[in-house]
Amino acid sequence: MNPQRNIATDRFGLGVQADEAVPDDLRCWLREQLRRFDPAPSALAAYPDSAAIGGAYADLVRIRRSAREEGGDAEAARAMGMAARQEDARLLAEAAATRIEMAVASETSFAERLVHFWSNHFAVSVEKLPLRIYAADYEFRVIRPNIMGSFTDLLLSVAAHPAMLIFLDQTRSVGPGSALAVRANRRRSDREIGLNENYAREILELHTLGVRSGYGQEDVTELARALTGWTVAGVGDGRLARFVDAADGETVFVEELHEPGPRTVLGRSYADTGAEQAHAILRDLALRPETAAHIARKLAVHFIADDPPAAAVTRLAQAFLASDGDLPSVYAALIDEPAVWSAPRAKFRSPWDWLVASLRVTGIAGAGDNLRGSIRAFGALGQPVWQSGHPAGWSDQMVDWASPGALLARVELANRFAPRAGRQGDVPALATHVLGDALRSATADAIIAAEASGTRGTGLALLLSSPEFMRR
Amino acid sequence: MPDFPLTRRRLIAAGALAGLGITFPRIAMGAEQSKRLVFIIQRGAADGLAMVQPHGDPALRSLRAALVDDDAHDLDGFFALHPAMEQTARMFAAGEARAFHAVATSYRERSHFDGQNLLETGASAPYAIGTGWLGRLVPLLPGEGGAMAMSATVPLALRGERPVATYAPPNRIPDPSDELLAQLGTLYAEDAQLAPLWEEGLRTRMLASDIGADNGRNGAAVGALVASLLTAADGPRLAMIETGNWDTHLGQAGRLRTQLGGLDALLGGMREGLGSVWADTLVLIATEFGRTAAINGTMGTDHGTGAAALMLGGALPAGDPVVADWPGLAPSQLYENRDLRATANVLDIMARGIAGHFALDPERALAAVRAA
Repeated sequence: MNPQRNIATDRFGLGVQADEAVPDDLRCWLREQLRRFDPAPSALAAYPDSAAIGGAYADLVRIRRSAREEGGDAEAARAMGMAARQEDARLLAEAAATRIEMAVASETSFAERLVHFWSNHFAVSVEKLPLRIYAADYEFRVIRPNIMGSFTDLLLSVAAHPAMLIFLDQTRSVGPGSALAVRANRRRSDREIGLNENYAREILELHTLGVRSGYGQEDVTELARALTGWTVAGVGDGRLARFVDAADGETVFVEELHEPGPRTVLGRSYADTGAEQAHAILRDLALRPETAAHIARKLAVHFIADDPPAAAVTRLAQAFLASDGDLPSVYAALIDEPAVWSAPRAKFRSPWDWLVASLRVTGIAGAGDNLRGSIRAFGALGQPVWQSGHPAGWSDQMVDWASPGALLARVELANRFAPRAGRQGDVPALATHVLGDALRSATADAIIAAEASGTRGTGLALLLSSPEFMRR
Repeated sequence: MPDFPLTRRRLIAAGALAGLGITFPRIAMGAEQSKRLVFIIQRGAADGLAMVQPHGDPALRSLRAALVDDDAHDLDGFFALHPAMEQTARMFAAGEARAFHAVATSYRERSHFDGQNLLETGASAPYAIGTGWLGRLVPLLPGEGGAMAMSATVPLALRGERPVATYAPPNRIPDPSDELLAQLGTLYAEDAQLAPLWEEGLRTRMLASDIGADNGRNGAAVGALVASLLTAADGPRLAMIETGNWDTHLGQAGRLRTQLGGLDALLGGMREGLGSVWADTLVLIATEFGRTAAINGTMGTDHGTGAAALMLGGALPAGDPVVADWPGLAPSQLYENRDLRATANVLDIMARGIAGHFALDPERALAAVRAA
C-alpha cells in the first residue's frame, strides 16, 4: 500500500469508503477529482428552486408584517408564523440530510471538502430565522458552483446572496446621507436610520484581508458606506417597498438607500458608481496580498497542521497571487505542496469530519433509523450543520474540538451505530483498508480480540473510536 | 487498566443546553477548598451602557434615548441597573453585587475574536499566548481547586497546566460496554495527546450521574446546575459559563431584555442553589469590549470600547454599588468620538477580586492573570 494513501483519502478527502478503490497515483487521482466534481449532483435535484426559496422568504416577511400591522388578529399571525417555522425547519433538515448524503456518497471527496471549507470561510448561521430558509440555498447555489472559479467571483457571488446580506445585517444598513435617510430623519429625530457596519467589517476581517492586516476603522466605515443600497427585497418594514422593483427575497440594489459620494478604502479612491461601487472595492480586496496570505494560511491550517510551516503558506499565497485568485490553481499548488504529504497525521478531526468519515465506513444506515438521526448526531457532537453561530465559522484547531466530553460522545455514537451498520463482515481487514499505514498494531489486535469475543459491532466501534481514526 | 464506576446512570440534564452542545465535568479535589469562583463570559460585546445605565450623565439620552429605561433599578442615584435584572438588583441592594464601569482590556481595536482572545489570555496582544488567566490561576488557589467549563470544549480562559472538565450534551445513546471502554482505555493510554482527555472523560461519567436530576432549560436551570456542581462533595470549585448572543447590532432593546433577563435568572438560580455556599462564592462577569455610545441606524449599537463588568457574591467586601472613574459621554469625552472611554483594566479588577476572595498575594494573582 502506498504509504501516502491516507493523506490523499483522509487529509484531502473525507475518509475512505468501505468499498472504495484508491489508485496508486494519488496526485493524479486528486486532480481528477477536481475535474470530475459535480456542482449539481442528482442528490440536489429534489431541492427547491430559487423561486420557491424566495417564496418561502416572502411568506415569512408577509407573516411578520401582518403580525405587526393587524393588531386585531395577532393569534392568527402567530399560528401562521408557527406553521411557517415548522415548514422551514423541515426543509432545513432535509437540506442538511442532503449535504450529509452527498459527503458520505461522494467519489470526489477532496472537492466536497473544499465546498465545506469555503462554506465555513464565508459562514452564515441559522440562528437568524431567515437563514433557516437561505443557508442551504446559499451553500448549494453560491458556494458549490463557484469553488472551481476565481476567488473574486466567489466573493462577489457571496455578496449577492440574501443569506450573507441578512446574516451580517447588510439589509439593515442605510446611507446616512442617502435620499431615504435624509427624508426619514428629517421627519423623526428620535430614531435615526443609518449605517450598520457589520458586513463591511467581516468582509475585511474574515472574508478577505484578515484581522490585523493593516486596515483601520475608517476603511470599515467607508466600505460600509459603499455597500449601502445592497439589500434584499421585502426586508424591513415595508417603507422601502415602493422603491424596490423586485420580488420579496431577491437581492437588489436600491439607489435611494445608497450613500452618495466617492469612497476611499486602503488609500484607493472609488467613484460613486452606485451598485458597482462596492463591487469595485471587493474586486480589489480579493486580489490584495493580504487576502492571498489569509486564504493561504487558512488552507494550510486545514490541510497541513494547526500551526503550518510558513514556507508552505508562502507558496500557497504565491499560487493565489500568480493566478489572480484562480482557485483550481491554488488547489493544484496544494496537491503539489510537500508539507501536506509530509506532515504527521495530527489534524484532530472536527465532529463533521469524524462523523462523515465514520459514515463513509459504515454506510449511512449506521447513523440511525434515517438521516434525521445523523443530523441530530452532529448537534450532539457540538457541530450542528450550518449553525456555527458565528461569522468566523467553525474552528480548525484541535484545542477547540478535543475535549474529554468530545471523545466520550464519539465513542458513544460509534457504539450506537456500529451494531446497525450494514457492513460487519471482516472488521480487521476493513480496519486495514480504512486506516492504511496509520493503523497501529495495538488497535489491530484489539479489533481482532473484540471480533473474537463475538459482541456484534464492538470491533467496528473500536475502529471508529480509535485514536488514529480521530485524526486525519 | 483504568477504574470504572460500577453504576453508570446516564446524565439526563439538558434541554436548552443540549442545543448549545454542552459537555461534562469531572473533578476530584480536596474538600478543604471551601471558596468557589464562577466566571461568566459575555461573548459578543455586551452593552455596558445598557446593562448599567449612567442615568446621571447629561449626554446619555441625546446619544441613545431609545436604549434608556426609565424603569431601570436605581443603584446610586447616577447609575441604574437594566430593568430585566430584578434578582440582581436585589443582590445589589443587599451589598452582594457590584458593577465596575468604563472598563476594558488593553485591546483598543474592535474585532470580537481578538477582543475575546485578550480577555481570555490576559495578554497584551491577541494570540500571544495559548493559556488563559483562569487556567493559570488554578494552580495558585489553595486546596485542589478543580475547574469545569459549561461548554462543549475548554474555553481559552480556562486553559492551563491543569485538566479542565467540560459539561457534555446529554443524549439518549446507549452506554458503551465496559469491555469497549476498557479496550479503548488501553489504546488511548499510548496516545500522549489524547490520554489525559480520555481519563478525564471517564471520571466525568462518574460525576455526571450524580446531577442527573437537573434540567437546564433556561438560565435559572443553568444557574441551578452550576450550583449543584459547585456544591457536590467532589465537584469543581471553579466554573466558567459561556454566554453568547450579546452582539446587538440591531433591535437591541428587545434582545437585551431577553439576554439580561436570562443572565438575571441564571444568577438568581445559582444563588438559590448555592444556599449557604453563596457566602463562599465569587462571581465575575465580563465581556470583550463595549458598544458604541450612540445608537446606530438599526436601533442597535456597533462594536465599541469601554464596558461594564459585574462582581457578585455572598461575602463581597463593603463598597459602592458601582465603581467607576467615569469618563463622561459628552462628544469630547468619548473615545475616538464614538465609544465610552475605558478608565480601568477589567483584568486587573478581576485579579484583585480573586486575590481578596482566596486570600492570595494580590501581586501574584495579578502576575498570573496578566501573564506577566
